[in-house]
Amino acid sequence: MRIINTEAVVPVIRDLAIKACYELDDNVIDAYRKALKKEESPYSRDTLQLLIQNAEYAKKEQIAVCHDTGTAVVMMEIGQEVAWEGKSLIDQINEGIRQGYRDGYLRKSIVRDPLDRVNTNDNTPAVIHTEIVEGDKVHITVMPKGGGSENMGSFTTLVPGEGIEGVKKFVLDSVKYAGGKTCPPIIVGVGVGGTMDYCTFIAKKALLRPIGQRHPKALYAKLEEELIEEINKMGIGTLGMGGTVTALDVHIEYYPCHITALPVAVNLQCHSSRHASAVI
Amino acid sequence: MKEYHLSLPLSKEDVKDLEIGDVLYLTGYLYTSRDAAHKRFEQTLAAGGELPIDFTNQTIFYAGPCPTKPGRTMGSIAPTTSMRMDRYVEMTFKLGITAMIGKGDRSKYVADLCREYGGVYLLSIGGASAIISNQVKACEVVAYEDLGTESVKKLYVENLRVIVGIDTKGNVFQDREIQKYRRI
Ligand code: SF4
Repeated sequence: MRIINTEAVVPVIRDLAIKACYELDDNVIDAYRKALKKEESPYSRDTLQLLIQNAEYAKKEQIAVCHDTGTAVVMMEIGQEVAWEGKSLIDQINEGIRQGYRDGYLRKSIVRDPLDRVNTNDNTPAVIHTEIVEGDKVHITVMPKGGGSENMGSFTTLVPGEGIEGVKKFVLDSVKYAGGKTCPPIIVGVGVGGTMDYCTFIAKKALLRPIGQRHPKALYAKLEEELIEEINKMGIGTLGMGGTVTALDVHIEYYPCHITALPVAVNLQCHSSRHASAVI
Repeated sequence: MKEYHLSLPLSKEDVKDLEIGDVLYLTGYLYTSRDAAHKRFEQTLAAGGELPIDFTNQTIFYAGPCPTKPGRTMGSIAPTTSMRMDRYVEMTFKLGITAMIGKGDRSKYVADLCREYGGVYLLSIGGASAIISNQVKACEVVAYEDLGTESVKKLYVENLRVIVGIDTKGNVFQDREIQKYRRI
């Protein structure tokens, strides 16, 4: 048994929130560069170049890459040998977010109630996912998720008979409908299976996989490749200005599901793909 | 790509001959306003009240910036998704605006409204917020301070780069461009 005081997560989450918003991963910037090589539209090429400069400049100046510093999504994989002491873990996670968004001069974009719409002014509460895993470590990821791309996500439950073709069609329709509103080039996170809630969760988790990495299972890897090709034929381009690169990648995750169901969720990630992780 | 350097405010005459895909560098004052402020304009007008700003010939930038870090002039700023403001386009045209700056495609009727009122929709680059903050030289909150990032701000911009997304003839830039690269 490893005892951790919940206080320990506060500075870690604070720093992760700031880092994620200031510094795009090299993996993302490399993907922009690769896109630039393939892009044929002059408008999209100019814009990709601007995005590379923007990421470099934000990192150098230590300011937000994108002004929409999002909903703070916090994913925690907690080792089953960890026991917590101290104040409420949830409160401490939110304290870390509060400090990060304050000290990092990040935008506060959360309203306390979706219908009365009063801003909480500290970007809390975070959306928190916890999973219990083996071991005695805590793996924390902070993923600031902007509204533009999150708003265009979608979910459906197909009938099992619709199979792979049904999944493909739903993903392609979702991307097409989202068009330029999600700030392409996008990463497309797809969840297949599980229940309604779990399917959307794995679609979001899929966005954390490094760009360019294929699913370990051949069936899904092939489906990912086919979807990338089809999406890039849509012509949407960077920021929807027309072009030959619309998706930087497609990541699918699956989970076993009920005999009656074929749930599919699509969670879209804009070019400003931000996340940072640490282990306690 | 044709390029023009233009001063704000823009009159209807200034934008009349612009064409989709033209690249503009704007210098002068404009106002930020997005979901919450637009809603307040609408409610104020419905209640017979007066708006805090005279919108004649003005440009509205759909944006909600980050707070400004000490030592800098402006926090990260770039356009938000314009489609959410489609429902307010007719209202703001009636108030006299000439241009809107945002990102993404819009409902079909926005192109009709641009033609009808002789206004334009301009595209800035969503998410290029660190770089764009350098094109803003002054920022002042002029209304609805309680809305935080969504308050109405008067910005002085210098060479703010935008692309004409909808012109006064109602042509739509993205429709034309996407068509060129669509292969399915
Ligand atoms: S969709 Fe992404 S890049 Fe575009 S404004 Fe929102 S957070 Fe920024």
